[in-house]
Amino acid sequence: MSAPLLEVRGLRVGFPRAGGLRHVVAGIDYALSPGRTLGVVGESGCGKSMTALALMGLVPPPGRAEGSIRFDGRELIGQSAAEWRALRGNRIAMVFQEPMTALNPVMPVGAQIAEVQVLHKHLGWKEAGENAVAMLEAVGINSPRERARAYPHQLSGGMRQRAMIAMALACEPALLVADEPTTALDVTIQAQILDLMLELQDRIGMAIQFISHNLAVVSEIAHEIIVMYAGRIVERAPADALFANPRHPYTQGLIATLPDPEQRVARLPVIPGGVPDLDAGARGCRFADRCALADAGCRAAEPPAEEIAPGHFAACFKAAA
Amino acid sequence: MNELVALDGISVHFHLGGGGFLGGKPRILRAVENVSFAIGEGETLALVGESGSGKSTLGNVVAGLQPPTAGTLRFRGRTLDRATWPQARRSIQIVFQDPFGALDPRMPVSAIIAEPLRIQGIGTPAERRARTAALVEQVGLPVDALNRYPHEFSGGQRQRIAIARALAPDPALIVADEPLSALDVSIQSQVLNLMKELQERLGLSYLFISHDLAVVNHLVDRVAVLYLGRLVELAPRQLLFDRPSHPYTQALLHAVPRIGRKRARGQTIKGEMPSPLNPPPGCVFHPRCPKAQDVCRTTAPILEPAPGRAAHMSACHFKE
Repeated sequence: MSAPLLEVRGLRVGFPRAGGLRHVVAGIDYALSPGRTLGVVGESGCGKSMTALALMGLVPPPGRAEGSIRFDGRELIGQSAAEWRALRGNRIAMVFQEPMTALNPVMPVGAQIAEVQVLHKHLGWKEAGENAVAMLEAVGINSPRERARAYPHQLSGGMRQRAMIAMALACEPALLVADEPTTALDVTIQAQILDLMLELQDRIGMAIQFISHNLAVVSEIAHEIIVMYAGRIVERAPADALFANPRHPYTQGLIATLPDPEQRVARLPVIPGGVPDLDAGARGCRFADRCALADAGCRAAEPPAEEIAPGHFAACFKAAA
Repeated sequence: MNELVALDGISVHFHLGGGGFLGGKPRILRAVENVSFAIGEGETLALVGESGSGKSTLGNVVAGLQPPTAGTLRFRGRTLDRATWPQARRSIQIVFQDPFGALDPRMPVSAIIAEPLRIQGIGTPAERRARTAALVEQVGLPVDALNRYPHEFSGGQRQRIAIARALAPDPALIVADEPLSALDVSIQSQVLNLMKELQERLGLSYLFISHDLAVVNHLVDRVAVLYLGRLVELAPRQLLFDRPSHPYTQALLHAVPRIGRKRARGQTIKGEMPSPLNPPPGCVFHPRCPKAQDVCRTTAPILEPAPGRAAHMSACHFKE
C-alpha cells in the first residue's frame, strides 16, 4: 500500500460549554491512502459529520478542531483561512447530504461548477463554463448544456446530487469527503450515484471518505471501515473483516439489528437505550450503559484501541477475549 | 382471511391550475391512478415505491385524509362515504414519518394521546386518563412520560408516543407512513419490534408505507409495488422477494445494498421516474425498462397473475 494521503492523529472537535469543552469528536486516529475508500459509520451524534467538517476546516465556531490532520505531508490544523480556501474545493472536496441546501439557489449549476475552476485553476469563465458542461456529462446528466443553465430547484434530487459531485470533482481532488451523499435519494438513484462515485474514483484515483449511517451501503463500496460511537472510533477494520467478524459489541449490535434478507426472525435484536449525551465528566467506556458485557472495569476506564487481528482495531476490554 | 379494507379503482388527481379564466393548458398531476387492493384482518401490507410514486397519497386516502378523485373505499364491507366515515374513522389511524412534526410541542404527552378519544367523544375524562396511562405503558414509555412535553423525548420515544396516540381509539388498521425513516438504525429495530408485538397482541392490520425493502421483508405479509401512481406488482412477501415478476420490482430489489456484497457495476437501472404531470404513454415504466418492446410504448399492461402463481399479480406485458 502506498503512503497515506491523509493521516489523522488525536483529532478532537470541541465546543465550549459551561465548565469546559464538550468534545463531539474525542480523539480519533486513522489514515487513508490514495485510491482507497474509507467508510465511516455511526448513528446521529457520533461525530462522523464533525470529523468531515474538520477535514474541510469548516467546524462551525465557536467549535474548534485540535490534534493533527496531515494531508499530503502538510499539517492542516492551525493553517490560515487563506490556506484553507486554497485547499478546499481544490485538493479536498466535499459532497453533502442535502444538495438543495448545499447548492446556491440563485446561481445556475453550470456557473457553480465553473466557479470552482475559476477560483482554483484561474481559468476564464468561458473555458470553465465549457468544462462544467463536460463535467455534467461525465456525471451522467442528459443534455448537459441545457442543464448547466438550470437552477438547482429545476433539477431532481438525483440530478442535484450529480451536479454537486461534478462540482466537487471539478479540480480532480486527491480526497473526496462524502457525507451521507445518497441518504436523501431513492434506492435506484442511490445505486446510480454509488456506481458513479466508484467509476470516477477509478478514473481520477482519488481517496474517498464516505460517511453513512447505512452499513449496507458502506459495506458495498468501502475498503476499510471505521465505526464511531459518541465521538470515538470503537472499531476499525478492513470491510470484509468488519462484517465477517465484528469485535466491538456496538458493531455487533448494529449489524444484528438490521433485518437479514435471507432469514426472517420473530424479533430483531435491539441495542437498548440511546446514544449518551457527551459529558465532559464521563468516565469509562462510552458504550458501557448499553452494553450487555459491561462490568465495573468498563465503567472505570476508557478502553484503548487494540489491534486484535492485522489491521483490525477495537476499543473494547472484552474484544480481545 | 377476512377483508378489512378494500380499495377499488382509486385515483387521485391534483389540479395544478391552468385551463381557467386565465387560459393555459390545464395541468393535472396524476398521483394515484386506478389502484385496487385489499388488506385483510390482522394482515400487514407494504406499500413500496420511490419518492413520487404516490404511496403517501394512497396512505392518506386509506386514512381518510385525502378524498380520492375516483374509486371507492370499503371498510368491513361497507362503502365509505360522508355518512359512514365518522364511524370508521376511529378504526383507521395513522402514524407519520416525522415524529418531530407530528406531535404538538405545546401539549403534554397525556393530552396528545388522549386527543383522538376526546375528539371522538370516547369515554369520560377519568376513563380517558386511565386509557392514556395504559397506552403509555403498552408502547414501552415510563409512566412519568404523561406529564412531559414532546421536546423532552428522543426521536424513537416520540414515535412511540405517536403510536400510542394511534392506538388510543382501539383501531383495526394503522397506516404507518415511513415510521422508521427518521430514526437511527439502533432505534429502528426497537420500534419495529414494538409494531410487531402490538399486532400480535391486538390483532391489528398495518398498511406499512416504506422505501426500505429490508424492513419490509422483515415485517409484512404482502407487498404492493407502486410506480408513478400505478400498482405494478402485488404479491405475498416471499414470492415477491424470491421471484419478483415485474422488471421494476427486479430493479428495485437489485438496487438495495447488502452487507457483504461488493458493488457489481453496470447493472443499475438507468434514468429516473418521469413526472406524474406528464406520464409516458403505454406502460409508464417503458422508458427505463430493459425489456421494453413496441407494445409497451402503446398499451398499458393490466395487473394479472404471473405465470403459474395465482396470488402473484404483476402489470407487465413480459412478466416473469
